[in-house]
Amino acid sequence: MIKSKIRKYHAAVWDEPLVMQLSQSGRRGAYPPVTESGIKSLVGDVEDLIPKVLRRIKPIDLPEMSEFEVQRHYLHLSQQTLGMMGISLFGTCTMKYNPRVNERIAYQPFVTEMHPHQDTETMQGILEILYRFDSLLRELSGLSKFVFQAGGGADAAYIQATITRAYHASRGELSQRNEIITTAQAHPCNPATAAAAGFKIITLPLEEDGYPSIEALKAVVSNKTAALMVNNPDDIGIYNPHIHEWVKIVHSAGGLCFYDHANFNGVMTRVRAADLGFDACMFMLHKTFGGSKGGGGPAVGAYGCSEKLIPFLPGPTVEKNSAGNYYLKNEGEKSVGRVREFFGNVPVVLRAYSWTRFMGIEGLRDAANISVLANNYMEKRLLAIPGVTKGLPSLKKRRLEMTRYSLGELAAKTGVTCIDIQNRMTDFGVDAYWLSHEPWFIPEPFTPEAGELWSIEDIDYWIDVLEIVCTEARTNPELVKSSPHNQVVHRQGSINLNDPTRWATTWRAYQRKYKPAK
Amino acid sequence: MANTAPESFKEMLRVAEVENIEDLFEQIPNEHKFTGTWNFEPQLSSEASIYRHLKDILRKNISAEDYLSFLGAGCWQHYVPAICDEMVTRTEFATPVWGTPSSDHGRNQVWFEFCSQLGELVGMEFVGLPLYSYGAAAGHAIRMAARINGRSKVLIPASLDPERAKVIKTYCGYKELSGYIEIVIVEMDAITGGIDLVDLNKKLDSSVTAIYFENPSYIGLLEENSQKISELAHEYGAEVIVGVDPISLGIISAPSDYGADIIVGTTQPLGVHMNAGGGVGGFIATRDDEKYAKEYPTLQVSLTETTIPGEMAFGLTLFEQSSYGSREHGKDWTGNSVYLWAVANATYMSLMGPEGFKEIGKTIIERSHYAAKKIGEIPGVSIRWPSGFFKEFVVNFAETKMKVAEINKKLLDYKIFGGKDLSIDFPDLGESALYCITEIHSQEDIDLLVTAIREVTQ
Repeated sequence: MIKSKIRKYHAAVWDEPLVMQLSQSGRRGAYPPVTESGIKSLVGDVEDLIPKVLRRIKPIDLPEMSEFEVQRHYLHLSQQTLGMMGISLFGTCTMKYNPRVNERIAYQPFVTEMHPHQDTETMQGILEILYRFDSLLRELSGLSKFVFQAGGGADAAYIQATITRAYHASRGELSQRNEIITTAQAHPCNPATAAAAGFKIITLPLEEDGYPSIEALKAVVSNKTAALMVNNPDDIGIYNPHIHEWVKIVHSAGGLCFYDHANFNGVMTRVRAADLGFDACMFMLHKTFGGSKGGGGPAVGAYGCSEKLIPFLPGPTVEKNSAGNYYLKNEGEKSVGRVREFFGNVPVVLRAYSWTRFMGIEGLRDAANISVLANNYMEKRLLAIPGVTKGLPSLKKRRLEMTRYSLGELAAKTGVTCIDIQNRMTDFGVDAYWLSHEPWFIPEPFTPEAGELWSIEDIDYWIDVLEIVCTEARTNPELVKSSPHNQVVHRQGSINLNDPTRWATTWRAYQRKYKPAK
Repeated sequence: MANTAPESFKEMLRVAEVENIEDLFEQIPNEHKFTGTWNFEPQLSSEASIYRHLKDILRKNISAEDYLSFLGAGCWQHYVPAICDEMVTRTEFATPVWGTPSSDHGRNQVWFEFCSQLGELVGMEFVGLPLYSYGAAAGHAIRMAARINGRSKVLIPASLDPERAKVIKTYCGYKELSGYIEIVIVEMDAITGGIDLVDLNKKLDSSVTAIYFENPSYIGLLEENSQKISELAHEYGAEVIVGVDPISLGIISAPSDYGADIIVGTTQPLGVHMNAGGGVGGFIATRDDEKYAKEYPTLQVSLTETTIPGEMAFGLTLFEQSSYGSREHGKDWTGNSVYLWAVANATYMSLMGPEGFKEIGKTIIERSHYAAKKIGEIPGVSIRWPSGFFKEFVVNFAETKMKVAEINKKLLDYKIFGGKDLSIDFPDLGESALYCITEIHSQEDIDLLVTAIREVTQ
């Protein structure tokens, strides 16, 4: 039953050309400072300052535009991006409000104009934020130390893979311990980073309880086991109640245990990595902790570990001395070194610290409660829509902050797929839902996550739009299959972008491939 | 949180058929639940209080706007045009993650324009979406080379940034595990500061997957033998990977002109603030050749058409080879990166245009040479390589009998951040520091620096 008054919506359409197409010969957008005559007279001709073989001769075909034209172009493109302007329940990414005050703070010179190699006496403020936020995460996880070097969740998984290497190498066991165990429902970054670090991957499939069995784990654990890397809950809201047992099994075989806390939102203040025996965990500051997402970073995967693994952490770490001053401590011999230059995306840590202080511990608990409540509220309404079914329906316990649904029945009847529905929903100002990570084990999947941000009216609106589109799928499937109709542009055409003669990641490549006469 | 309002909360409980909030967590065994007391900093629920609190902490910083900074070494202070900041703080760009190709059209177009413009600067037609950092890009590029030619030894220059070198080392792995790449350091030619060709010749053979070098190098120098190095490497079937600072490319040749196969570099100088190192970003660019394209670890956007002929669309190309598409069978891995900075980078490159890049290159190289000449005139202070650099150069203080650390401490009294101390990472260079000059440094700033160094070293 539709509860909301459906608004008229159409995306902004500026029919905006490429910036390269807007170029007009001789226009200028920026003028670098003019070199003073005192400098010029001392250094002479620029040509002579550059080795002859390295002087640029080839022209640079960049756009020539006035500053206003550049500004207007990119503003048009921002308006042609739906983002958080409508409703986005993009599952696994925990869409949150990013308090604007954080932008006000983060864009002041005491953040933007700081250099990582400054004397630490002059960066006490930055270091204090990093240190204090580390303390908050220690409390939330029970672990002993956090670092922020990882430029995202996958990069934090990579820290785990590198620490696993260094840890076993330090014990002389690395040649033997070359296997990392994960599950089919762990985020792809876990097996991918572990493989890139040189490990063999063992992926346990889901079983009827919604997670792999203890027997399946026992069957693959051995003296080759280097580590376990898992999400819990996974991204379909299922919590493995045997996780403590899992950790014990892997520990007794000599492996490390890493908790990918990408789906922390529903269990904040209830579950702590250390209490479950994990050696390390990762939090997504750009997701769970309110740092902005930027359309894919800059992000931070905060990596925390137990005392045992501290010597292996990438450097430098932020410490506080007895006088209360903060300093950067270089890594020791056992450290993995670096996964990325410097000590992290500081503005994102700043936003996360700010968000966490805004919330306080009670606020975090409220947010977790609301996230899970909202998901269960959604479930009642979603399952009332004909054609929508729940993934793993035999599991009756309430899911946490996300549930994966299937449009398989609807697709079988109408030929309309989850991608078609997703596209059509954008015609109502409702942005894409998350489908599923690889591998797909539910046909035509979709995975909404309401989190604590979206109001009950937003959630209702989202569900209403889905219901309308499902009805359209039955009554007018072509309308859905040919959607979107109210978006910036239509759906991608039939050109195969995996064909080397057809793909074009730059304008120059496009011109060469598509306009050979020119 | 809208739904904490009592009416909304009650309505959700009612529909969800939940009496007690704790019932929602029935999947979690009680013994897994934290029951202790929290030692947590108190809540600051008011925006005014948060603002005050953060400002009180951050005011303890002294920034490179408060003092004159001559620090570079992997993170550089360039001027960031106001509209770059405007774009990256636009809520449409700053807060989302993924939509559909149609609803993300504007953002995807910016990404394509980032790749296209960067491709113009470096002279390559295939460019991936940005990576975490310069070092991460170099690390991935070396692994691409190893997958391409099946070899497992990389040559890197002795002058490499120790910070970047550590990242590369991490990416090259451990010999006990698969995919390990041995790192061999090519010595520095003490006279030129560039790669020692004799040593390179000695170390190059058909087991080398790639040679990696940079223009400018960490110590600021332009590699005069770039072409020769590429040719030598190609003779042995090795890939040539060149790291580059794109802000130099208005006046310096694109690496594609001297034989680079894979170009990597930093994106931070193009309109992104230093952010205490949180502004770094990287890129990978190559020829538009399947051999390279099919080894990219990144996501890539391609220009194409919608179902309506002539209407522009952007789609992902080669998604299947990413870790999202193929988990551990993908090409390394990808994830959140620094995509928002691509918005700043695209804006910056459009603003600068061809003339802007030429002019900024010129003014930087003029200013840095002026600074080097003036600093080199100070008694006891010398410039290790007085020519052939771009924006950074090595200053040697040996004859002052002072340590760089001591000089830098004293320069703080003049409200100056001196150059990066090289004495620990490069003991052969003695008491040396890497000074960085950009377009933001006026003649007056440089003269102030010179006076300060003169006074503290007397």
